[in-house]
Amino acid sequence: MSADLSAAFRDPALADGVVRRIHAAATRPMKIMEVCGTHTMSIAKNGIRGLMPQAITLLSGPGCPVCVTGNADIDLAIEIARQPGVVLATFGDMMKVPGSYSSLAREKADGRDVRVVYSPLDALSIAEREPDREVVFLGVGFETTAPTIAITVQEAARRGLGNFSVLSLHKTVPIALEALVNDPSVEIDGFILPGHVSVVIGTRPYEPLASRYGVPGVITGFEPLDILQGILMLAEQLRDGRAAIEVAYTRAVSPEGNPHAIAAIADVFEPADAEWRGIGVIPGTGLSIRTRYAAFDAAKRFPVQPPEPRQPKGCQCGDVLRGAVLPYDCKLFGTGCTPEHPIGPCMVSSEGSCAAYYRYTDHGRG
Amino acid sequence: MCLGIPARIVGEPNENGMAQVEILGVTRWVSTHMVPDAKVGDHVLVHAGFALEVISEQFALETLELLREAGIVEDEASALEAEPTP
Ligand code: SF4
Repeated sequence: MSADLSAAFRDPALADGVVRRIHAAATRPMKIMEVCGTHTMSIAKNGIRGLMPQAITLLSGPGCPVCVTGNADIDLAIEIARQPGVVLATFGDMMKVPGSYSSLAREKADGRDVRVVYSPLDALSIAEREPDREVVFLGVGFETTAPTIAITVQEAARRGLGNFSVLSLHKTVPIALEALVNDPSVEIDGFILPGHVSVVIGTRPYEPLASRYGVPGVITGFEPLDILQGILMLAEQLRDGRAAIEVAYTRAVSPEGNPHAIAAIADVFEPADAEWRGIGVIPGTGLSIRTRYAAFDAAKRFPVQPPEPRQPKGCQCGDVLRGAVLPYDCKLFGTGCTPEHPIGPCMVSSEGSCAAYYRYTDHGRG
Repeated sequence: MCLGIPARIVGEPNENGMAQVEILGVTRWVSTHMVPDAKVGDHVLVHAGFALEVISEQFALETLELLREAGIVEDEASALEAEPTP
């Protein structure tokens, strides 16, 4: 064990102590799910699964925004990109994600005007510089990203831009976790909660997980030692029969979150139903653009009809995202599906579970 | 994708609420709409071109080092260059 620790951890002695305490606290079977793609990567990369006692199972959840985006939504974005005069701008992560019949990368290769931007504000600048083009920003992400899109829409309104709109595929995390807890096919005893999402929304939205469903959660940073610390806090709560939302990341997270970010989200968006890959539609977990900003809503401006969506054959990405199976349970994993030739989105995004397992572990089995 | 990257504010915000920051060795404009009280010299967590929150210098340095160890810095640095238009 210590060989692993010294390779991955800056303070092996400290990590060793935390690992010992986790072993001591694991007095019963505990299924712990991490719901942040960065945690997924860090757990895989640092071999944290191998440090766990038999009693603790670590599951990866729906924490990769690109992965949970449904095929129908990707098809819709592609259909909009095909409209005359449209510039579709989005984050680089979205390009290679397969929809039912194509991907944005393939559309770009076929001559559509699809551009990768670092910030939604870059898309706004394109709209200002190219007034003859219809610039559509494809907005994907959780609460960390949602306020950036909200403020961009407010800016577009303030600057009176008539050729800018947003296709909002945003999703919000806390209610989705409640849906997972209610899913009879998945057993989850505790959540490792995402650090930077929580910087924005604070701890309050997670409270019902603990108070209504008795499932504890710990907001955790992404350093390996932070994650071990989070697992320890969860194991101790479960051992003691407690359920609370705790913060192992006090350096950055306050209970209230960032009030300016929360206000911007509330001004521009209202809760809507959203389709999560593998989970289905979860009421109230999407963010649609409010009527007062309807002029900036690409879903309203481009009433296109993409063909019926279909799922790639044999891909179990949806089950992986619910924590129902592990990536190497998929028959295609590592054979028909690799990061070079991904079949499903869980293998495309670097923070997707399949990609993380493939890249950092002995194909997940080690 | 939900990560914030530490940066240091190096200039006053302009009339659009945009301020220059130093981030991963690159100078870039970011929005300060979510951190209206931030001052030149403050460290902030930046995501998708927006400062999300003011953080302490120590937290900024720690986070940067961790991102570097995790190999995430390269991904983000190349994303910073992704701005497509001249
Ligand atoms: S390995 Fe590929 S095909 Fe299998 S679940 Fe993951 S993304 Fe889908």
